[in-house]
Amino acid sequence: MYVAVKGGEAAIANAHRLLADRRRGDRSVPALRLDQIVEQLALGVDRVMSEGSLYDRELAALAVVQARGDMIEAIFLVRAYRTTLPRFGYTNPVDTGAMQIERRVSATYKDLPGGQVLGPTFDYTHRLLDPELAAGAEVETPAQRPAEPEAMPRVSAILAHEGLIEADGDMPLDHVPGDITREPLQFPMARDIRLQALSRGDEGFLLALGYSTQRGYARNHPFVGEVRIGEVELELDVPELPFAVPLGSIRVTECQMVNQFKGSAKAPPQFTRGYGLVFGQSERKAMAMALCDRALRASELGEDVVAAAQDEEFVISHSDNVQATGFVEHLKLPHYVDFQAELGLVRRMRAEYEARENEEKAEEKREAAE
Amino acid sequence: MRGQEAREQAGRKALMATLAHAEADEIARLWNESGLPSEAELLRGPETGLVTVRGRIGGGGAPFNVGEATVTRATVRLPSGRVGHSYALGRDKGKARLAAIADALWQDPTHRETVETKLAAPLRAALDAARETRRIETAATKVDFFTMVRGED
Repeated sequence: MYVAVKGGEAAIANAHRLLADRRRGDRSVPALRLDQIVEQLALGVDRVMSEGSLYDRELAALAVVQARGDMIEAIFLVRAYRTTLPRFGYTNPVDTGAMQIERRVSATYKDLPGGQVLGPTFDYTHRLLDPELAAGAEVETPAQRPAEPEAMPRVSAILAHEGLIEADGDMPLDHVPGDITREPLQFPMARDIRLQALSRGDEGFLLALGYSTQRGYARNHPFVGEVRIGEVELELDVPELPFAVPLGSIRVTECQMVNQFKGSAKAPPQFTRGYGLVFGQSERKAMAMALCDRALRASELGEDVVAAAQDEEFVISHSDNVQATGFVEHLKLPHYVDFQAELGLVRRMRAEYEARENEEKAEEKREAAE
Repeated sequence: MRGQEAREQAGRKALMATLAHAEADEIARLWNESGLPSEAELLRGPETGLVTVRGRIGGGGAPFNVGEATVTRATVRLPSGRVGHSYALGRDKGKARLAAIADALWQDPTHRETVETKLAAPLRAALDAARETRRIETAATKVDFFTMVRGED
C-alpha cells in the first residue's frame, strides 16, 4: 500500500522568508550593492562566471549575494538562469595572442618577447592579514611606466621553432566543435569537448586532480610555459551584416602547460602540452585545467592509464559541481518510503541472521554434550 | 570587394565596436548633447540572449566551446527607412536601442559626420585613454632582471 503524504507548504514559505531575513542580516549594517561585489569581490565573481559558464558580472554578483556567498549555490543559480535565454550563435574563436595583457608570466623562458609582467598578483605577498584593510585605509594609486607597446606572442609559438614541442591541438578539418550543452556526454570524447567540460568544471576538483598528477599519479613533469590574463575581443558572424559584428571584450585566463615526454609507440620524445582557458582572472583554475587536459591525453599519446586523473569518464563525469551537489544534496530530501522499505528488509535479514546464529549455537551445544 | 565598400564596412564595424565597448550612460549623455534624432521603429528586440564563446586548443589549434556570455541586440528602422543593427555584451536594452539607431544614422550621409564627431570620437577617446592607463599600470609590473656576477672571472 502507498499513501501519498502532503504537507510543509507553510513551513517552506516561512523557511524562505527566514532565509531572506538571514541573508540580509543585521539591518543596521548597510546592504551590499552589486557594483560593490563586482568591484571588490571580483575573483569570486569570476569563479561564478567560469563555473556557471556564463560571462556576466552583474548576474554573477547577484547570484553571490542571493546565495549568501555560497559559491556552488551561486553557480547553480547562474546555470539555471542560462537556460531561460535564447542562443544567438557561436563567436569566432578568441585570439589570445592579441590579448590586452594584464598579467603574463612564463616559468620556462626568462627573456621572452614582452617580458615577465606580474600584474595584480597574490604571488610574493607574505600572506599576512592586513589590519589596515580592516580599518578601511585608503589605497595608493598604481605605479605607471610609460613604455612602448610590445607584442606578446604566446610562448608556444616561440618553442615551436625547434620542433621539440607539439603543435597546438588540431582536429580534422571537417570536425565541428562538440557542445556539451546540446548533446549528452559520450565516452570516449574528443579533446574539444573535454576542454569545454573542464573549463566549467569545479576548481577544487580539478585542483586536487592536477595536484595528484604532480605527486606521482600520472606523473607528467609539467612546466608553466605561460600564464596570461587579460581581455580578448569577441566577434559574432550574423546573417544581417556582411562582417563579423564586434560584441565587446571579456577577461580570460589562459595557461600553456609544457610537459616533458619521453616518447611512446605513438609519439617521439618531445614536449607535449596541456591547455587551460577560463573566464575571468583565475590562474589556479586555468593551471589545474591544463594539468588535467594533459593527463587526459594519456591514450592519445600512448601512455598507460593508471591514475584517476587520466580516467576520462571518471574526471569529466564528476567535474561538474552543479550535478555533483544536486546528487549529493538530494539525499537530504524525504526518502521516507524508500527508508521504510529498507527498514523492513534489514529487519527481515536480521531476524534470519539471528535464527541462523541460534540454530548454530544449539548445534554446537548438542555436539559438546555428545 | 572594391576599396570604397571595404572602407565603408570597416568604418561601420569600428563604430559598432566602439558602441559595444562603451558604457550605456556615456552613450546616452553624448547622444543628448549631440542633437541626433532618436526616433526609430523597433524591428527586433531589444532582446537578450546568449552567445557561446569559442577558444582554440593550445591557443591556435582547433576551436572549442568555452562557455556562454550574455548579449543584447536590437534592430531599428528610421523614419527615412534606413535599418540599423546593434549587438553588445551584457543586458542593457536602452544601450542596444541607441546603438542600433546610431548604426542606422551612420549609414545616412547627412548624419554620419555628426555620429562620428559627437558620439564615436569622444567614446573612442575615453576608451583609448582607459586602455592606455591600464597598459602603463601593467607595464610598471614588468620584471627587469639583473645579472649577478660571482667569482673572479
